[in-house]
Amino acid sequence: MPESIVSLIDVEKRFGSNLVVRKMNMEIQEGEFLTLLGPSGCGKTTTLRMIAGFEDATSGIIKVQGERVENKEPYQRDVNTVFQNYALFPHMTVFDNVAYGLTIKKVPKDEIRRRVTEMLSLVQLTGYESRKPDALSGGQKQRVAIARALINNPKVLLLDEPLGALDLKLRKQMQLELKRLQRKLGITFVYVTHDQEEALTMSDRIAVMNGGVIEQLDTPREIYDRPRTRFVAGFIGESNIFDGVVRAVEGDLLRVECPAGLLTTRGEGFQVGEEMHVSIRPEYLELSNGQAEGFDLPATVKDFTYMGTVVKTALDLSDGTEIKLSRFEQDERLREGDPVRVFWDPDKSVAIKKAQA
Amino acid sequence: MANLTKVQRRRKTLGVLGDLYAILIYTVLYIPVVVMMIFSFNDQRYNYYWSGFTTQWYGKLFGNHALMDSLWYSIVIAVLATVISVVVGTLGALGLKRYEFRMKKFINGMIFIPIIVPEIVLAVALLIIFMNVGFALGMGSILIGHCTFCIPYAVVTIKGRISGDGNTLEEASMDLGANRIQTFCRVTLPSIMPGVMSAAFLSFTLSIDDVVMSNMLSGAKNTTLPVLILSMNKSGVTPDVNALTTIMILVIVACMLLSNAVKAALRKRSQAA
Amino acid sequence: MSTHINDTADLQAISRKRDVRRKTIPALAQAGPVSVWMILFVTLPMLFIIYISFMSRGVFGDVVYEFSTESYQTLLDATYFKVILKSLQVALFTTVLCLLLGYPFAYYIARKPPETASRLIMLIMIPFWTNSLMRLNSWLLLFQTSGPVNNFLQWAGIVDAPITFVYTDGLVVLGMITNMLPFAVLPLYSSIEKLQKSLLEASSDLGATPRETFFRVTLPLTFPGIFSAVILVFIPSLGIYTVSDMLGGGKVLYIGNIIKNQFGAIRNWPLGAALSVLLLVITGALIFLYTRFAKLEDMEVV
Repeated sequence: MPESIVSLIDVEKRFGSNLVVRKMNMEIQEGEFLTLLGPSGCGKTTTLRMIAGFEDATSGIIKVQGERVENKEPYQRDVNTVFQNYALFPHMTVFDNVAYGLTIKKVPKDEIRRRVTEMLSLVQLTGYESRKPDALSGGQKQRVAIARALINNPKVLLLDEPLGALDLKLRKQMQLELKRLQRKLGITFVYVTHDQEEALTMSDRIAVMNGGVIEQLDTPREIYDRPRTRFVAGFIGESNIFDGVVRAVEGDLLRVECPAGLLTTRGEGFQVGEEMHVSIRPEYLELSNGQAEGFDLPATVKDFTYMGTVVKTALDLSDGTEIKLSRFEQDERLREGDPVRVFWDPDKSVAIKKAQA
Repeated sequence: MANLTKVQRRRKTLGVLGDLYAILIYTVLYIPVVVMMIFSFNDQRYNYYWSGFTTQWYGKLFGNHALMDSLWYSIVIAVLATVISVVVGTLGALGLKRYEFRMKKFINGMIFIPIIVPEIVLAVALLIIFMNVGFALGMGSILIGHCTFCIPYAVVTIKGRISGDGNTLEEASMDLGANRIQTFCRVTLPSIMPGVMSAAFLSFTLSIDDVVMSNMLSGAKNTTLPVLILSMNKSGVTPDVNALTTIMILVIVACMLLSNAVKAALRKRSQAA
Repeated sequence: MSTHINDTADLQAISRKRDVRRKTIPALAQAGPVSVWMILFVTLPMLFIIYISFMSRGVFGDVVYEFSTESYQTLLDATYFKVILKSLQVALFTTVLCLLLGYPFAYYIARKPPETASRLIMLIMIPFWTNSLMRLNSWLLLFQTSGPVNNFLQWAGIVDAPITFVYTDGLVVLGMITNMLPFAVLPLYSSIEKLQKSLLEASSDLGATPRETFFRVTLPLTFPGIFSAVILVFIPSLGIYTVSDMLGGGKVLYIGNIIKNQFGAIRNWPLGAALSVLLLVITGALIFLYTRFAKLEDMEVV
């Protein structure tokens, strides 16, 4: 196995009595696009800042290229950062901002000029050299920030919610550009975001974080289709989650009893009597009038919401919880208040172990 | 006028009244300056009443040794006080804004004392201390006095200009390979430069116009220009002093206009590019 | 490439060393000088003046280091007490007039577009770069017995004989107001400027007349600015002696003059110190009141 470019071994970070990152272990491979995804306060930015050197780990080891970095200042580390609000130096031109790293290294003037010009053309900002950051649009500032961080040829580029301040359309465009740039340069990107869609589109692997812990570290496909914890199932995409108890195991089919009734799912490694969760995407939910095999989930149609491409139907279960069903078109036969029964193909649902407290 | 509604007419009247009131206040503020300038052309050894126009004082004032000496003394003190206050004030503003330490609240409180407490109290307190430790009164004591009220103003002025994201800029700089000292010179200092400049200007004007500190803390030999003017008060201020202060205010205003013009030109250039 | 020194003590030592490099040294280098200066030249002198105020005066004007409250008792003597009262009166009068004149003026400026407003503020500052004593001297020249004001009054037939303006409290108050007005206008301006226009519009939308809006919205919200103005005008006015020296010709005496004289010809340091402590106490009381409803750091002092 190749040596990872960044390794976190049992890393913990404590702010006062507040444990922000707990016993984190993560291996980041060379050349991959890895995203730290999670709600605000989950420790993702702190993790990034520890790799960059702005924060010290309270305990644990961080290695970059196999070398421990506890003793290295941010300016001695071979990683560069794209900051959340760009952090462009307001008193310098675009050229001087991008040239900053090279100027500090006392690279000869004409080489600086050559490399900055090259870098600016890479991010499509040729002609903007003498502008001040104030005179740039959000997208342009973003490109300058990326160019400035890349000019030092870092081994790893850390990006802290770099697209957070951009509007939706620009964000989509920059997502693609960033992804292409990363492929082209082959640099490892460690990307922090709270936007799951962004994470799914761009990443090779996603680390879903919650409460200072990595809940799951996997490819986007796996994360979406096979969430391993209740949190991941709820955080990525939209899911209906049932908390229940295994009543019978028939091969890999599980019969689960939950407050709203009975359901069936596929899953391995569960025992009768075990508490667990079942997650099912709204697009896989089915409705019928009669009883479906292995299911007993009576529900009432609550309301319909048009979302442009899909129609969402909210249903109330017998225990009062609400679940969602989504379809490309509304089922004309359904009316608000209609009693229905819910079921699905057990292959489509995911059985999730209950977290050990 | 006839087409205006009642509301429009009332607003218009209020607007005119406001303009008149503002003009009145400005007049009161500028009368002393204008009178001071007019009397610099007074053909009379002692300035009591107007007795004819002359420009002779603008030539003669340079021959008035007492006046020139005190002016020079004032300028030297003001320049030194400005340099010390800006250096200590800039560092202090950064330190007090960025770091947490045990004495911080206390020091923040102390900074407000020279700004708020009547100057005479601070002057007298310093005088007692100096006399007790046997510190000879002179330029040194005046300088300490001036810095003691200039530093707090500098700290407050600069602190107001330190933006919350200053830390991020510094992190960005270090991330790009600059060490702490390089970061301070290339990023921190330039980004608070406007604040530093206005602190310098404020310190200079406070120091050069100060009477109370200088009066209490000056030695027997030399004295600053304002103290000299205060001592002339009994016998009447001579027109050459008017001439001198007229020159001074014109120089200061010219500097202000020049720096504003330079700033505007720089802004235009960076926008045009 | 296996450096398994996952020794907690080792890590903690590294972390502590970095903390020193990252926080302690920069903090000391930056906040150190100002802290030392303030303690040396503000805290110590202030404590020492309080100490001196409780000492006695020797026969030759020297300080005798024996505890005594004599100086404070002297303050209650009719002569000194009258001066203190008059100083308070004049300072109060100056403050009230500065507020009354300054508020509408600040309001006028704050309602202008930002560009114009900053020009108008600049226009207030310019006269204050002229030597303050020379500006006071101008008032003296104008109000001389045979000066322009008296000449005009006589010419217009308003008075028969010239009025004596010089060396009166009236002229001193005029000097005080013209010297102090900017210190009222600037904090008032910044508090009015911060006031959101939408609040006034909301008030008017909800049916309040302009007068009601002013008393119920504008005035309460600009109160911190008003109190800042009070502090910045009242306290200096209480201690100032240059105005009374220039315009009062040594005949008008306020607390500031008395303090100054104790350290000059009269040589009674404990009494001067006691008067200074009195000013300190008044200042402290006002600041304490201020901190009841606003943060000291938010006070607009420049």
